Amino acid sequence: MSEYEIIDHEHDVVVVGAGGAGLRATLGMVSGGLKTACITKVFPTRSHTVAAQGGIGAALNNMGENDSWQFHMYDTVKGSDWLGDQDAIEYMCKEAIPSVTELENFGVPFSRTEEGEVYQRPFGGHTLDYGKKMARRACAAADRTGHAILHTLYQQCLKHKAEFFVEYIALDLLMDDNGKCVGVLALCMDDGKIHRFRGHQTVLATGGYGRVYFSCTSAHTCTGDGNAMVLRAGLPLQDMEFVQFHPTGVYGAGVLITEGSRGEGGYLTNSEGERFMERYAPTAKDLASRDVVSRSMTIEINEGRGVGPNKDHIFMHLEHIDPATLHMRLPGISETAKIFCGVDVTKEPIPVLPTVHYNMGGIPTNYNGEVVTRKGNDQNAVVSGLMAIGEAACVSVHGANRLGTNSLLDIVVFGRAAAQRALKIVEKGASHAPLSKHVTDKILARLDKMRYAKGDVSVGEIRNSMQNAMQKHAAVFRSNSSMNEGVKKVDKIANSLDGVGIKDRSLIFNTDLVEALELENLMQQAIVTIKSADQRKESRGAHSHEDYPDRDDKDWMKHTIMWLNEKNKTKLDYRDVHLNTLTNEVASIPPAARVY
Amino acid sequence: MAEFALPKHSKIVKGIDYPLQSESENPKKVNVYRWSPDDDENPRIDSYTIDLNDCGPMVLDALIKIKQEVDSSLTFRRSCREGICGSCSMNIDGTNTLACLKSIEDIKGDINIYPLPHMDVVKDLVPDLSKAYAQLTSVKPWLQSDSRPEEGKSRKQSPEQREKIDGLWECVLCFSCTTSCPSYWWNGDKYLGPAVLLQAYRWIADSRDENTEERLNDLEDTFKLYRCHTIMNCTKTCPKGLNPAKAIGEIKKLQLERK
Repeated sequence: MSEYEIIDHEHDVVVVGAGGAGLRATLGMVSGGLKTACITKVFPTRSHTVAAQGGIGAALNNMGENDSWQFHMYDTVKGSDWLGDQDAIEYMCKEAIPSVTELENFGVPFSRTEEGEVYQRPFGGHTLDYGKKMARRACAAADRTGHAILHTLYQQCLKHKAEFFVEYIALDLLMDDNGKCVGVLALCMDDGKIHRFRGHQTVLATGGYGRVYFSCTSAHTCTGDGNAMVLRAGLPLQDMEFVQFHPTGVYGAGVLITEGSRGEGGYLTNSEGERFMERYAPTAKDLASRDVVSRSMTIEINEGRGVGPNKDHIFMHLEHIDPATLHMRLPGISETAKIFCGVDVTKEPIPVLPTVHYNMGGIPTNYNGEVVTRKGNDQNAVVSGLMAIGEAACVSVHGANRLGTNSLLDIVVFGRAAAQRALKIVEKGASHAPLSKHVTDKILARLDKMRYAKGDVSVGEIRNSMQNAMQKHAAVFRSNSSMNEGVKKVDKIANSLDGVGIKDRSLIFNTDLVEALELENLMQQAIVTIKSADQRKESRGAHSHEDYPDRDDKDWMKHTIMWLNEKNKTKLDYRDVHLNTLTNEVASIPPAARVY
Repeated sequence: MAEFALPKHSKIVKGIDYPLQSESENPKKVNVYRWSPDDDENPRIDSYTIDLNDCGPMVLDALIKIKQEVDSSLTFRRSCREGICGSCSMNIDGTNTLACLKSIEDIKGDINIYPLPHMDVVKDLVPDLSKAYAQLTSVKPWLQSDSRPEEGKSRKQSPEQREKIDGLWECVLCFSCTTSCPSYWWNGDKYLGPAVLLQAYRWIADSRDENTEERLNDLEDTFKLYRCHTIMNCTKTCPKGLNPAKAIGEIKKLQLERK
């Protein structure tokens, strides 16, 4: 094995990832006096939180509608198709109010109402009075809310002199012989040196893995590195079959057009010019939950009512909206439509298609952000030293389908919660136990294998095959036969990774190597995703099974958890959904048919 | 007589030519700056001919295609591919911009791609932005306010007050503007440059910020602010359509007004 120069760092806490969740956690930890390292593979403001558009959900009630966090909780539980854990959902919806107010206090440039309060707009699945009418709950900074929040959190981290390690790619968790996480090993892209970060808590805030699919709204960097590190640490991922398709990705380019555009009055039509959502969701119409809208669009296309020469997409209309409103509320997507499909939104509709957008599944945690696993009968066994937050985590507040605006909310609420938890359980400045050499060696051996890979298949080729297989076999609608075939394909493609070759042998900013490492991460998640999907014999939220079209609460109201070993063999188990609430301020919401 | 020599590695040589492997009705040549610190070689221009009929519409699509199919060692930053993360700023067809927003169709002839000008190069199209980031930190780009909002409440801001920061807060920190500014090229160690000054003004213009006076004091400096000679390259090049030159003008105006 090559000799690498290893640089050691000791911190109280190590945060991996500098998106909204990682920055909110880092901010809370640093301002609370914990020595914190924030490691990130891209400069913080490049993280994919920056691309969130429409808003962050919180029942601030600025629009005078008597909104409440209890309504928000009901909508979230219903949106999750009763797979979300109600204790965590209660926590999130209640803490939404102080968390978002805090964001404003930090300086987020929210749009404003005439009264000078934070502006709120309607969003899919958010209602008043338990589904009676649509709520205005999404706190928005025009249609660039993620940008506004991410930059503000970075600014606050600068204010508190947080310690960043920028353009460092995390390789693997340092797990000691007792199964405790004691830090992370990372490669500094700038000079190729290896850095060993020791922390009493390691917080994974590494985002989702949308790039497992061919067409997604996710950035190129959304490769779920933390999820894969967890699998390699011998821990399970949860509910990985639940992949959200956003109804309005730009046809072809896949870039996102916010649901907020339907919140501002936009609507979808088929080739007959019909506002078809009225048939599928009589009350919420175009603002039904994303899974519902994506399925409806897919049915319209499958039944021959798609638009365009190939009848393979749908139109979204904004041209009836006052241009001044478009300019003020939706400037970003007006620009996006112009650049990526040459459409002037004041005059013509945008061609759109359901596009992979979000991973409800991820690293199982409790509402404090602590990673949990199942050990025998203990379904909530905390993994010592390890936390996960944001899209990487599965708390689970989104269950089988996430509501729009709840991802920005998730990252700030649980980033904050993780910081509060760490402040409670980490002793500042405590020493770090010595770590056996084999822990680091094993990780470096994996790095070496990739770095010197001499096979004849390129990273790009294998990645394409994987993305196409997932796109085809783990799509909006799934069936036994398609998923069986998908499992076989993905297994085969995963094996082909042994034959990968990379060309760049340098250690300086070697993106060839980084993409190969990311591909391995993606591949492990692809296997777990398609196998988790294949075993769930029901339809729930984003998992629509043609052979089992109904939700089956008796047998399937449970979280899938899946492990993956070094030979890519999976192990399956389940955890109960928490139907209990956190406090007695609200009653548990019993399962019901999901109608919008 | 004194002899002048160009600094090491400033002469760019012709590199490798990668012709198209098959016939194409729509070929396009992409010339890319390549340099790696691993050897002692001078920078070179590699030429890749690609088939536009099998390529996405943006320059970033072309770069990704090359990396994926021809030369995986080609190095550049990219992430969101929709113009919001600011990673893929580079000099394309003579202009600093984001590769993901630059349409191939708009470029006549070969596509020439260089890293952002006048920054140290880490490798190929990856510039070292650490100095620019440090300058950003130096203007304390965060909300400064001694008065606390009422516990558990937002600060109030009218739509008119809020409108004053439109066109400022949307900056994606790609530094296309800063690296297009001749003043920054010559005095980049002391002049803050348009991107950072835009950020400085973003907080001056925010009705919630109470430290305008101190911010203006910090900027009242021959170099930090007044190296802007209204050349306007910044505004011309901004891929997000922002106007850093105007923001700098506003700061200068405020400096005059308080004298």
